[in-house]
Amino acid sequence: MDFSLSKEQTMMQQMLKEFAENEVKPLAKKVDAEHYFPVETVEKMAKLGMMGIYFPKSVGGAGADVLSYIMAIEELSKVCATTGVILSGHTSLCAAPIFENGTPEQKAKYLPKLCSGEWLGAFGLTEPGAGTDAQGQQTVAVFDEEKNAWVLNGSKIFITNAGYADVFIIIAITGTVVDKRGRKSKEISAFIVERNFPGFSVGKPEEKMGICGSSTCELIMEDCIVPAENMLGKKGRGFQLAMATLDGGRIGIAAQALGIAEGAIEETVAYVKERKQFGRPIAAFQNTQFELAEMKARVDAAKYLVYRAAMKKQDAMNGVKVRYSVEAAEAKLIASRTASDVTRRCLQLFGGYGYTRDYPIERMMRDAKITEIYEGTSEVQMMVIGGDLLK
Amino acid sequence: MKAIVCVKQVPDTSGKVAVKENGQLDRASMATITNPDDLAALEAALKLKDATGCEVDVVSMGPATAEGMLRECIARGADKGFLISGREFAGSDTFATSQIIAAGINYIGVEEDDVIFCGRQAIDGDTAQVGPQIAEKLNLPQVSYAAEIEKDGNALVIKRLLEDGFMKIKVQTPCLVTCVKELNEPRYMNVAGIFGCFEKPIEIIDFPKVENDPLIEADTIGLKGSPTNVFKSFTPPQKGAGQMLNGDDVAAQMAGILAKKHLI
Repeated sequence: MDFSLSKEQTMMQQMLKEFAENEVKPLAKKVDAEHYFPVETVEKMAKLGMMGIYFPKSVGGAGADVLSYIMAIEELSKVCATTGVILSGHTSLCAAPIFENGTPEQKAKYLPKLCSGEWLGAFGLTEPGAGTDAQGQQTVAVFDEEKNAWVLNGSKIFITNAGYADVFIIIAITGTVVDKRGRKSKEISAFIVERNFPGFSVGKPEEKMGICGSSTCELIMEDCIVPAENMLGKKGRGFQLAMATLDGGRIGIAAQALGIAEGAIEETVAYVKERKQFGRPIAAFQNTQFELAEMKARVDAAKYLVYRAAMKKQDAMNGVKVRYSVEAAEAKLIASRTASDVTRRCLQLFGGYGYTRDYPIERMMRDAKITEIYEGTSEVQMMVIGGDLLK
Repeated sequence: MKAIVCVKQVPDTSGKVAVKENGQLDRASMATITNPDDLAALEAALKLKDATGCEVDVVSMGPATAEGMLRECIARGADKGFLISGREFAGSDTFATSQIIAAGINYIGVEEDDVIFCGRQAIDGDTAQVGPQIAEKLNLPQVSYAAEIEKDGNALVIKRLLEDGFMKIKVQTPCLVTCVKELNEPRYMNVAGIFGCFEKPIEIIDFPKVENDPLIEADTIGLKGSPTNVFKSFTPPQKGAGQMLNGDDVAAQMAGILAKKHLI
């Protein structure tokens, strides 16, 4: 497999590094400490075309490619994992399902504004009683002939970008289906819901261990009116749509995890050269060298899994009939575990200073944990990989 | 109306500076960047484009590798690139360089309301000569050290940054303006720009394209046309680390240190 970057991707990486270093890193501490959603960074990203990186120009995107998008999440997450997930949630979980499943009208209405960053996107699948068991949905959509609209009732929790998003992809039950043997199951569909639709509201932000600036809230739908034309994809195909969306999202989270791990190593390499014990920099000790060497090798291994998944998704974007569920699951499983492992070991190299908020390493360790949980826990990733292996 | 921006690829001075045995800079072994003042010039031109929709051309004189820098300028928003390149031009000092760039700009063509933007000076030579020399050779009015630029009909109102204050000057177009870093904050390359910059044209202006220009003579370009000779260049020895004094009694501390060294 060829992982060499194209001329454009190399320039993209250069621009992303400059942007992350100059615009994102200086805010990272505030984002964490004050649970601050970096609106100004999102505006700057929007100006540079980063809110619709891999979508074609015909729908308002920047006309780049999936790997460039993945590298954007990676570079942002190296210095601020919150900023990384804002981009991932917006692009992979909202713009992507509309691009992949939307009617021409839906695409024309939503994609230009999402890609330009005028609107921010989010995705609502998880409910209080439906986490890993995503089919245990309780949110119900009933069609109202008179209004020619769906009426949604229920709630969604842990929704990334919720407090600032304008457009939400919402998964809800639209009926029951009976299979050939007479067994009943829920019919699940997807909807595009705008923030100002009647009956829609956003709850309080969660207090979290990490990615503190990311706006994670509950969504409440009380007789929420969603016009008939806002059903996304075919009726009854919502679960498949959600799972396919998460396949893409997982590459984004894997890239976030990868970025956190790389950022932690960069910080640690700088620190061990400065910090002196027993009369020499701790970089001179073999334990430091071996720790960093193994971490670097693991991070590179994770990187190739993440880039491979991104390139497979690119094939799908180019019209090749491929699925990338397994590649995405492998990338997320390994990258998120690597992020947790690497940040913990890096903190150990920092010693007592690493445990303080004077250095970013404890933040990186807290931020890393979520990548093993959201958009499918590590256990879900293993179910996907194992299921495919033993089918 | 169009804006022509002169840009130069310079060694990245935050990296290692390499000098060849003969005293010349070993440019090939050093990382390069776009000269910072030139980025301010490009940003000024792009702001003019934002306001008026004018075309922005970037022009550089240098080896073939400078094409990458021109692509980066296009990825930031410029429309076209021109690379003045040829072995006849090699070894030029500021006099010969401005002679050649002026001929290159003649080749591109300067019209009634065009503006030529240059950076104040390049961080490698620090001469601040090439911009003003180009203006002289093109017979254009020039304003150096621009810190603010406003368009006023077919004139520009420019605030010049001087050592002890400001000076406001109104200048008729076409004209040449040299810009300082303080003028603006250069924009980043944008995603669509990056993914479109390899389709945009970059024209090589070689010797045959300008040889008939009156500015180009055998003794006005290249090493032969350069009155300046570099006697020697070297990396100055590094100073030792300084010592920062803190507290209310810094003067007393300082006096103590100087006394200990028997300096006072």
